[in-house]
Amino acid sequence: MYKVKVYVTLRESVLDPQGTAVKGSLHSLSYGEVQDVRIGKYLELTIGKSNRNLDGLVREMCERLLANTVIEDYRYEVEEVVAQ
Amino acid sequence: MRFAVIVFPGSNCDVDMFHAIKDELGAEAKYVWHTEGSLEGYDGILLPGGFSYGDYLRSGAIARFSNVMNEVVKAAEAGKPVLGVCNGFQILLEAGLLPGAMRRNQNLKFMCRTVQLKVENADTLFTGAYQEGEIIQIPIAHGEGNYYCDEETLAKLKENKQIAFTYHGENPNGSLADIAGITNEKGNVLGMMPHPERAVDILLGSADGLRLFQSIVKHWRESHVVNA
Repeated sequence: MYKVKVYVTLRESVLDPQGTAVKGSLHSLSYGEVQDVRIGKYLELTIGKSNRNLDGLVREMCERLLANTVIEDYRYEVEEVVAQ
Repeated sequence: MRFAVIVFPGSNCDVDMFHAIKDELGAEAKYVWHTEGSLEGYDGILLPGGFSYGDYLRSGAIARFSNVMNEVVKAAEAGKPVLGVCNGFQILLEAGLLPGAMRRNQNLKFMCRTVQLKVENADTLFTGAYQEGEIIQIPIAHGEGNYYCDEETLAKLKENKQIAFTYHGENPNGSLADIAGITNEKGNVLGMMPHPERAVDILLGSADGLRLFQSIVKHWRESHVVNA
């Protein structure tokens, strides 16, 4: 079994209105050091063993559903979970 | 002319759409549940607004994989008129029937009021009853109507006259190039954030939306009843 952690973020070329609002709020809390805030999504998939290639599978799921590649980028990490 | 009003779990403008077609336009309309596997016998397809699947993940992202969407794609390929309003527009974008994507409104607010639209292209099957450059009053009601596409796509939209409507006077959501509604290249699929089905009677504040539906019917009659 695998635990796959997927991070979906807005592409850098796409303005992030939520991130901009949060940055403004952090600035007003006197964290002037903050230069940029980008808000994204974090998804955890638990995937059972199969004959299909895991990377291919995760990439396919990201491209088809989990991310909208017109405005979003994605990356993921795979952890193997040992059954207890 | 028979219209299908597609209903997803979470659609909430389906009844308004049905009313606009049946009572105001005077055409036939039927609700079609998202699990349906056929749209045979329908001449026009309407995807109403709402919050399909609670807008989970992204607006329209889950609805676009519904059973009925395969049929919507086929209808679009066959040249039938397909109109997506608000969440319907978002679903058409997710399905790839229209280019681009929606972001949260620039001011992060859900905007719900009547806005002015400029008819950018009166030479589509959806806009034939308007004058080019005409300013019309149509309500908006959305939190994610901030249209985005890359520069190349925007240039193509302009070149092919695919921008049907733009916001006039003020841009309520930050939408790129003030875009309120676009068609596909062939011109038979229209997606728009404003709600024409909510502007079909003076009692509702505006009847400017009715002409959009009248345009569809007029175009359909002209292309189907010629040999009658």
